[in-house]
Amino acid sequence: MTDDTPRTSVRMTVNGEDVETTFGTHKTLLEVLREELGLTGTKHGCELGECGACAVEVDGKPILSCLLMAAECDGAKVETVEGLMDDARLHPLQEAFADLGAAQCGYCTPGFLMTAKSLLDANPKATRAEVKEALSGCLCRCTGYQQIFDAVLSAADKMGRA
Amino acid sequence: MMRAPPLRHVFATSVSEAAHLLATDPRAMILAGGTDVVPNLKRRQFAPSMLVSLKRIEALRTIRSLSGGGLSIGAGVSLSDLAVDARFAKAARALRSATAQVATPHIRNVATLGGNLCLDTRCTYYDQNLEWRQAIGYCMKAPKSTGGVALRDKEDCICWVAPQSPKCKAVSSTDSAPALIALGANVVLESKDGERTLPLRELYADDGMAFLTKRGDEILREVVLPADFERWTSTYWKLRRRDSFDFPVLGVGAALKLGSGGTITDARIALGGVLSAPILVPESATLVGKTLTDDVITAFAELAAKHAKPLDNTDLEFPWRKRVTKVFVANALKELRGDDRAAMGRLAERAVVG
Amino acid sequence: MSSTNWNRDPKNSVGKPRRRVDARARVTGQVRFADDLSLPRMLHCRLVRSHVPHAKILGIDASKALARKGVKLVLTGEHFPIAYGVLPVSHDEHPLCNDKVRFVGDPVAAVIATTEEEAIDAANDVVVHYESLTTIATPQEALATPEPRIHTYGDAGNVHKKVHFEFGDVDASFAGAAHVFDDTFFYEGNTHLPIEEHASLAIQDPEGKLCIWSSTQTPHYLHKALAKALAMDPAHIRVIATPNGGGFGGKSDPFNHEIVVAKAALMLGRPVKICLTRLEVFYCHRGRHPIEMRMRTATDKDGNVLALDLQTLLDGGSYGSYGVASTFYSGALQTVTYTIPRYRFRGCRAFTNKPPCGPKRGHGTPQPRFAQEVQLDRIAVKLGKNPADLRLQQLAQPGSLTANFMRIGTIGLGACIDKVVEGSRFRERWGKLPFGRGLGLACSSYLCGAGLAINWAELPHSGVQLRLDRSGEVTAFCGATEIGQGSDDVLANIVAEILGIPPFDVRVVTGDTGLTPVDLGSYSSRVTLMMGNAAIQASERARDLIAKSVGEKLGVPPSRLVFANKRVFDAQDPNVGMTWLEALHRAESDHGTLGTVGSYRPAAPAAKYKGGGVGPSPTYSYSAAVIETQVDPDTGWIHVEHVWVAHDIGRSLNPTLVEGQVIGSVYMGLGEALMEEQVFGRLPPRLSNALVHKIPSILEYKSLTTKDMPDVTTYLIEDPDSAGPFGAKEVGQGPLLPMMPALANSVFDAVGVRVDEIPVTPEKVIRALEAKTKRYGPGEFPTVDWPEPLKVAPPWEGGDGTAQNEKPRKSKIAKDGTRIVTP
Ligand SMILES: Cc1cc2nc3c(=O)[nH]c(=O)nc-3n(C[C@H](O)[C@H](O)[C@H](O)COP(=O)(O)OP(=O)(O)OC[C@H]3O[C@@H](n4cnc5c(N)ncnc54)[C@H](O)[C@@H]3O)c2cc1C
Ligand code: SF4
Ligand code: FES
Ligand code: FES
Repeated sequence: MTDDTPRTSVRMTVNGEDVETTFGTHKTLLEVLREELGLTGTKHGCELGECGACAVEVDGKPILSCLLMAAECDGAKVETVEGLMDDARLHPLQEAFADLGAAQCGYCTPGFLMTAKSLLDANPKATRAEVKEALSGCLCRCTGYQQIFDAVLSAADKMGRA
Repeated sequence: MMRAPPLRHVFATSVSEAAHLLATDPRAMILAGGTDVVPNLKRRQFAPSMLVSLKRIEALRTIRSLSGGGLSIGAGVSLSDLAVDARFAKAARALRSATAQVATPHIRNVATLGGNLCLDTRCTYYDQNLEWRQAIGYCMKAPKSTGGVALRDKEDCICWVAPQSPKCKAVSSTDSAPALIALGANVVLESKDGERTLPLRELYADDGMAFLTKRGDEILREVVLPADFERWTSTYWKLRRRDSFDFPVLGVGAALKLGSGGTITDARIALGGVLSAPILVPESATLVGKTLTDDVITAFAELAAKHAKPLDNTDLEFPWRKRVTKVFVANALKELRGDDRAAMGRLAERAVVG
Repeated sequence: MSSTNWNRDPKNSVGKPRRRVDARARVTGQVRFADDLSLPRMLHCRLVRSHVPHAKILGIDASKALARKGVKLVLTGEHFPIAYGVLPVSHDEHPLCNDKVRFVGDPVAAVIATTEEEAIDAANDVVVHYESLTTIATPQEALATPEPRIHTYGDAGNVHKKVHFEFGDVDASFAGAAHVFDDTFFYEGNTHLPIEEHASLAIQDPEGKLCIWSSTQTPHYLHKALAKALAMDPAHIRVIATPNGGGFGGKSDPFNHEIVVAKAALMLGRPVKICLTRLEVFYCHRGRHPIEMRMRTATDKDGNVLALDLQTLLDGGSYGSYGVASTFYSGALQTVTYTIPRYRFRGCRAFTNKPPCGPKRGHGTPQPRFAQEVQLDRIAVKLGKNPADLRLQQLAQPGSLTANFMRIGTIGLGACIDKVVEGSRFRERWGKLPFGRGLGLACSSYLCGAGLAINWAELPHSGVQLRLDRSGEVTAFCGATEIGQGSDDVLANIVAEILGIPPFDVRVVTGDTGLTPVDLGSYSSRVTLMMGNAAIQASERARDLIAKSVGEKLGVPPSRLVFANKRVFDAQDPNVGMTWLEALHRAESDHGTLGTVGSYRPAAPAAKYKGGGVGPSPTYSYSAAVIETQVDPDTGWIHVEHVWVAHDIGRSLNPTLVEGQVIGSVYMGLGEALMEEQVFGRLPPRLSNALVHKIPSILEYKSLTTKDMPDVTTYLIEDPDSAGPFGAKEVGQGPLLPMMPALANSVFDAVGVRVDEIPVTPEKVIRALEAKTKRYGPGEFPTVDWPEPLKVAPPWEGGDGTAQNEKPRKSKIAKDGTRIVTP
């Protein structure tokens, strides 16, 4: 990066708060979240769209922040794992992931959580097959997924009853 | 962290503005969903001066019924939207099955139809970081002279897949193209010089470098399904190792128009993932007038598989991919005949969605 | 009271399924992985890596890179004259290559700049001049090509290590056998693929000392390597292992990039960070060795094994890493599952111009385990026996010594087999399912920590220190490293169990060489057992101090006191007691500030012959699995329908975590069985000498997705072992081992063909179906010039664990306490 590296400014809403930030135009949303905004909860494992660790929610849909040029996000509504809690209260998905062992090393967890959140927001009664499908863009090397499926279904159940 | 090289970014607000930007800067490149462009940038396969974003062109994101029948699908419609659109649930099931199986749900949420059709060809010697490609001395598609950036014109440099070949053999890996070719789709291209319509299959050339026949400054604006598409029946079979993420190493799009008593009145069978272009099997027309007996199906599958020329530059071994081509073509026809896919084995069960 | 209390039933937190103590941080994105750290004035490092597989370095021109804006420093091999390595016998790595490069990806220079972008661009500007040497791509080539040597040490030419053991007269057993089975197998290499890419951040701390945060599984070994390679006083180095975003063995070696950023930080006086790209993670590797194997087995007429004769040829890649240990492990654990009266093992590791292989989950044992379990399946089929019965009739005996002097503890294997056989209805269905459907059974065993440390010092393998605060909080310090397996929870759980407080009242401080007592690291499934025993000792010492004070105050004998529910009370009258806080205050006023320590070192192994140090373990875990598959005969496609897996855990400290480890192991095992491969491509040699990783991406290195993962039924067998904390054994690696053979056996049951090669792919199934032999696999085992065997008589033939023909060995203690043994 040199002095003549093109730069871009965007305004977006991140976890409900307006932010305005300027960065090298070549940066993806992943880089802007982690490096410009200090939101390191969003992880990366390939930066090429191949692992799902960087999944966040943009305008209500789960997407890969490593494939989205940050310049494209002007006006976007971005949700990351840092915004998942309701003040000091864990989101039901977070409770369920914690209780049921769905996070081992925890590195893939933010991506899974944000993807699952989008799923349950859109489809609160998701079946196990629908959960598998929705999460099929995230890889986890630790868990073998079973406890993740259980956690999403258990959270769905709790959210449905609440 | 893998990072894109320095570049500029601009939102085009209309197709004509985008076309104008492309015409004035030959190094400008279209950015649709970016799910192909961005990884290629990070691997330094491309070095555009500027990305021209289509994101704010609302017109590209519509699907309209045409007055004379048929449907026009804007190039900017996302694959997730296509995969659930009820208008494609029956006759155009091939399109649904194809789009629903692209990459992953996250990628389909931003990936567009236009980007999918213009997807760069793929090769294990090409879809690699710059450092890796340096270690093999680069190759014809992205040679040393450009610093490893992809070219569309031939250059005197070797192809590692077929060292004798004058042509790059990178593989057409779009799922939607074989499906849409089977459905008889046309595409509308727009540039500063105006627009033109051509059959989708003519958009492609069997050359891993110059794989699109369109000019660099032409924008794919819309995909048009023919007036009679609802009288067809179709399917799309995808072969890949894992049930998510993976590019097709074979795609079979099959569409038939059936007359009374199951006689075939028209047929289009297309193959993807086994050449540098998706192709319409030229013998498709030989099915016309026949009914889908096992013998007809077997004979046709043999013919079709002859056109598949997989090489050692994708996942899974190429003789096996060729073998499965025959199985998939036959099974796709059997499915259209009404056979139960569940009885065709586990690979068949996951090859089709919807 | 005191001493181990495994037979005392735990009554507090141990054994109850529960959220792990660090779960909240993990689900809120608050765990700070190495690349999440950033400091003011931080610089970024990028390595320049070799793009040739084997070459002399003629010169490096960094002038263009140095002239770039933002570039602060370029380091090359000249800055790093001292070699290091994880095993004392193979210090063969330099942080940056000195005179030659040994694989595509070997680092030759490092660029440090103000942004990562600048470092990347400048790295591309560093020009390295090479003189190419012959590329050695396979172990067969290495055997045939003694020159040029990839390393100037090793057993011969490009052979790194050769070993040969004979336990009893194996040939005599073969001569008298009713049946002889002789098969060759190949197990392709594969890698760990943690989702977190390795990262490190080094600083010169305010005192001028070195501090490094790194995604390492072994901070203690990194500490040693830094001290050696940088010629620094280890007392001035602090290594903090950040939580690993997956390790699986891939972050167990001290790495070049760690030493490079340390040096740069010290030279520049500024924080320096590196985060590897995925391609570089493939270059770090240290994963599963590709191994070619020949296994001969002699049996009696009922299929009982009389003798086993195993040969292994390991493709080691370009450096030693843990490879000498891997070579021994490829033969060490064949004997602990079934009774093997006589055993011969010959192993050879060759150097090749590829990223170094090392320890991956199961370290060196999954490959021969695959061979053994597939061959047992053949024996069962040949003799018309059910594979479950064939195994059950010859299980190794609890408390026994094996032919190669491994001391076995409890064995839950029989119960494991019974569970999976019952769950899958194996007896009713095996051999009887319609064509295209199959069931396969396999078993395995694994270490619960290595009995001997890498550095043979007579020092504890794990230490735990407790600080008991007036607030009621207990802090447990231990060098163990959290890699996702849940070691922090194990520590909190054990301390909490013994002191009768909730695990969430225990603060754990781990993996920090500046604060925590040494633990050797998170590898070889050693942490639960070793740290756990150290934690028990420290906690019991604390409990005894408190009990003494409380007992005096209450007039109750300390041995009658119960610690539970944050109270200390009389077992005979629970109303007589006091709160945990009162008890602590009592004890502090009696004894002064409260703190205790505990440590653990395994008992000396029974194997005393040279090389017998690899394989012994305080106890072994056992697993059994049945896999059901559906195989399409026209395409060879393999679909896994279901997995039943039973694991002998000794005792499950937190069943939620144990189950997670089992399913996670199944996941990784299935990946290896079906599709994971670390393979290399060679360009036509007349055009290029390139030898490159074929598929260095997460997309093309195939790891199962949510939709490819079958449902798993898990059974935990609890048969406490006195060696383990509360009887617990390992679980992180064992359940992976039966997956590969169970899958292959299941494919045989489905379509009647043998694929004697891992991974088992549809292409290979088709080739086997089309082959006259109905088999796909390697042909003859290569000819290796084996050394004379070390002859050790098995225990039942009068052996005492020493070799009959070994020269006496001298040993001395080095400055750092390491015992160096020379033959
Ligand atoms: C991990 C991974 C897996 C994938 N798996 C699959 C798969 O299974 N099947 C598959 O088909 N694809 C796959 N892809 C590729 C890609 O995601 C899709 O093809 C996607 O549809 C591309 O669309 P996009 O809008 O993101 O295109 P972009 O990346 O924005 O563009 C792709 C190309 O098309 C050009 N372009 C885009 N729109 C237009 C237009 N309107 N007119 C002219 N040119 C245009 C761009 O300049 C660029 O050259 C995968 C990608 C990743 C990262
Ligand atoms: S097919 Fe040949 S020229 Fe084309 S990308 Fe692959 S190696 Fe290069
Ligand atoms: S970082 Fe792997 S998908 Fe984005
Ligand atoms: S919990 Fe480690 S990668 Fe998923």
